[in-house]
Order: sequence, then C-alpha cells, then structure tokens
Amino acid sequence: MHTPTAAGWVKPALFLLCLVPAIDLAHGAWTNTLGVNPLETLTRSTGTWTLRFLLLTLLITPLIRVMRTPALLRYRRMLGLFAFFYASIHLGTYLWFDKFFDWQEIWLDIQDRLFITAGVTAFLLLVPLALTSTRRAQRALGNAWNRLHRLIYVATTAGLLHYFWLVKADYLEPIIYASIFAALMLARIRKPSTVSVSRVS
Amino acid sequence: MLIRIPKRSDERESAVTDPEIYRQRRVFMQQCAAGMAGLAGGLLVGGQVQAGLIIGTPRSSPYSTDEELTPMHAATHYNNFYELGYKKEDPSRNAAALITEPWTVEVEGYCENPGTYAVEDLVPMDQLEERIYRLRCVEAWSMVIPWVGVPLATALKKLRPTSQARYVAFQTILDPENLPGQRRDVLDWPYVEGLRIDEAMHPLTLLTVGMYGQVLPNQNGAPIRIIVPWKYGFKSIKSIVRIRFVEGQPPTAWNQATPHEYGFYSNVNPEVNHPRWSQRRERRIGEFRKRQTLMFNGYAEEVAHLYSGMDLHKYF
Repeated sequence: MHTPTAAGWVKPALFLLCLVPAIDLAHGAWTNTLGVNPLETLTRSTGTWTLRFLLLTLLITPLIRVMRTPALLRYRRMLGLFAFFYASIHLGTYLWFDKFFDWQEIWLDIQDRLFITAGVTAFLLLVPLALTSTRRAQRALGNAWNRLHRLIYVATTAGLLHYFWLVKADYLEPIIYASIFAALMLARIRKPSTVSVSRVS
Repeated sequence: MLIRIPKRSDERESAVTDPEIYRQRRVFMQQCAAGMAGLAGGLLVGGQVQAGLIIGTPRSSPYSTDEELTPMHAATHYNNFYELGYKKEDPSRNAAALITEPWTVEVEGYCENPGTYAVEDLVPMDQLEERIYRLRCVEAWSMVIPWVGVPLATALKKLRPTSQARYVAFQTILDPENLPGQRRDVLDWPYVEGLRIDEAMHPLTLLTVGMYGQVLPNQNGAPIRIIVPWKYGFKSIKSIVRIRFVEGQPPTAWNQATPHEYGFYSNVNPEVNHPRWSQRRERRIGEFRKRQTLMFNGYAEEVAHLYSGMDLHKYF
C-alpha cells in the first residue's frame, strides 16, 4: 500500500486534507458564517485542531508498530508542523483579537491565569520542534534530536492542561482528548522493545 | 402564559387563548411566520428559532440605555443556558426540550402570600415595560437587549415578604428527562440563584417575560426569568419555578460549583480579577475592538449605594 509511487500523491493529498480546517475557517470568516462571536470561534477551533494534530502526530509511532508500515513515518513531520501551524494561528488570535497586542496585559495574563500559562508554555515548547524539523537539523543533532523531540509529550500535556483549566464546568471534551493522549502514551510504554521511531526510518 | 394570537389560524393556539384575558391585558399580539410547535416560547422550525410572538407595545422606561441593540438573532443564538446544552449554540438548537406549558411558580418562605402562581399572576400584563439593558457575561462579552417585564419589586410586594425575609432564592426548572443538559452533573441541578432583598426590590431588577417585543424564546429563559443588569449574566436566573423568601444567604449554582471564581454578589466589577477572564474589558457582540468594562456594568449611579461600606474584593 505504501509503495513509493503511492506516497508520491498521498503526501500532497494529505497536505491539502490538513489544510481543510484552515480553509474552512477562512471561508467562514469571509462569508461571516462563524457564528455570533466569530473571533471566539476562530480561537476555539484553531485550539482544538492544534490538539488534534498533536495527537495525530503521536499516533504515527504506535500505528507503525501495529501495522508494520514504517513508511508512515514520512507523514509525521507534516502532521507535527500542522500542529504548530494551528497553534500559531491560535496564539495569534489571542494576541490580536483578545489582547490587541497589549503586551503588559498579556504578561499579566500569563502570570495570573494558569490556563494561559499552560497554553503559552505548550506553544513555546513547540517552537524548537518546528525549528529543528528539517532533515538537516535532524542530521546535525543526531541522537539529541530524538531527545529534543520528546518535548512533544510535555507540550501536549501542557496543551491538555490549558484545555482543562479553561473549561468552566463541562469537562467531557478535555477528558476525551486526555484519554486518547494517555492511550497513545501507554502504547509507547507497553512494548518492552521500545525503539525510538526515528531509527525505524 | 402570555397570550398570542396567530394570524394564520391554528386550532391548538386558538383553543388555549382566552379572549377575555386577551381583552383585559390589552396585549396586542401578532403572529409571525411559524407554526404552532414551539408557541410556548422559542418557535422551532428546522432548528431555527423563528421570529416570536409580539407582546404588544410595552411602556418605555427611563432606565433604558440608548445604546445600539444587539441583533435579536445574536441574543437568541449565543446563550449560556446549561439546561439546554453547554455550548453557546446548543440552547437555540435544543429549545424545544424546555416545556413551558403548563408553568407555575411556587412561592415559599417568609411571606404572607405563599402559594402556587401562574406567570400572569406575578406579572401584570397591563404594566409591562420595555427595559433596554446592557448584559455583561462573566466570560467578558456583552450585549444590549430590550427586555420586557415588570420590576421584580411589583411581584414581590404582592407576595408580602415578612421582616424575616432578608434574601430571595430562585430556582430554575428541574426536568432531566427533557432537558439534555441536566442529564449530566455538570452543575448541581437544579440551578439556583439568590439576591439580597434590597437587590431584589431595586427598581432595575426586572421580572422578565419577553425580549425584543416578543415572548421570551425558550433558550433565553422562558417563560419567566429575572434580569439583574449590574451583575454578571449568570445571576439573572432563567425559567423560574420557585421563589423562596429566606433569612440566610441562599446557595447559588456557580458559587457552589467553583466558590473562588463566582461569588454570591457577582457584581460587574472591572477591578476584581477573575481567574479565567480579566474583567477590565469586554467584547460587545458584533464589535471588533474591546470596550472598557464599567463599574456595576454602568449602573453605579443606581446601585452603588447598596454596597456602601462593603469590601467588594471580599464580597465579589
């Protein structure tokens, strides 16, 4: 299934698929169909998609093991970068529409509100991962690259805390996302022969 | 319930409309483009609330603001009414799950006239007023809504609270079989709220049965709710089935859920930091830039004296 020829079109197709939420939001913003509070819709939706892409990125390793298809690895970087893409828009909507780049207030927000602290932490942890996502950086860093990129576990945890702490009363959705994350982490721990996935490639 | 006369005739509605009551109340009703299904409040056709039923021409009030009204569609499709679902768009979608007929309000506690009341027993329809109030949600957004009702004081005076009645407690309908939001313990159902008696008797506090000149849609708390415009929106309890005059400060739903976030008073106060939302600014729905939040939501002149001498950081 994952022959090199198939991969030739799968990757661009997957790229477009990953863009669908962004295109959908842009279209909604253009046609003013993002609901009564469109700026909130933008923030909420990009936050949710960040979390989804983080989990999709984390899904690749267990999937490779279960399906014995190391070729899947070639899609992991793209999924991770899309997580960063949606996280950037998410942060951008907060900085602009919520705070209007009032840095003093943003700094107060980061100090005062735990869910903002967690969200900003999650984003900052993703930055070095995005910056070192190139093949060149991967090669230059060697084994350190693997260790560095384990930060995605911390970033996802921070992202989940961000979600839990911002919810007022209905914890169902954060619980669902946290459970998926827990399952993906368990899938990593269970196998005693845990091999760093990047070495599979 | 309020009376409405559908232009396009409908058996069920004509059967329940009492022409005598109609005449007495001088409520001029018109029918708008919708069928019978949700006449009790929100009219649901294909999940959309149709234009509701016109309540007539209530008197205008000096307490009204002349700020630009929030579009009715926004005020009826962006709601926090957890009984009908936890997301803003849920209450309008699930509006039909709130059954408002029959509806009675139990009046209990320290008063001379306890008992079971119909909505129109509490709200004299010939005294309806329109009050255009700012609504400030604790989530840092706001609207301007023309409510229709009578001062809560009008109703409470009829019930004749005794001197022991220092607070008024309110309760929302409990109907987990029909209300989707009450099937999970997201809050400790039923929703309860309370006011100090002087807050309840304040002329700004409105016992509300309509908005935008129409009967309250279900998602906005049909058939009867209160509006306390200087407090965060969650104090303005919806779909009231019980009013109780009590001596001690009654429990309130959000305070019970998260006491350090939601106080009993919950007056709009830009100086009191909330762990989730800075309360200094707010987004008026429909606007891009945020506005400064005003002390007591801009009603300081009318209500500040109620709290003179109180530490509002402590009694938040």
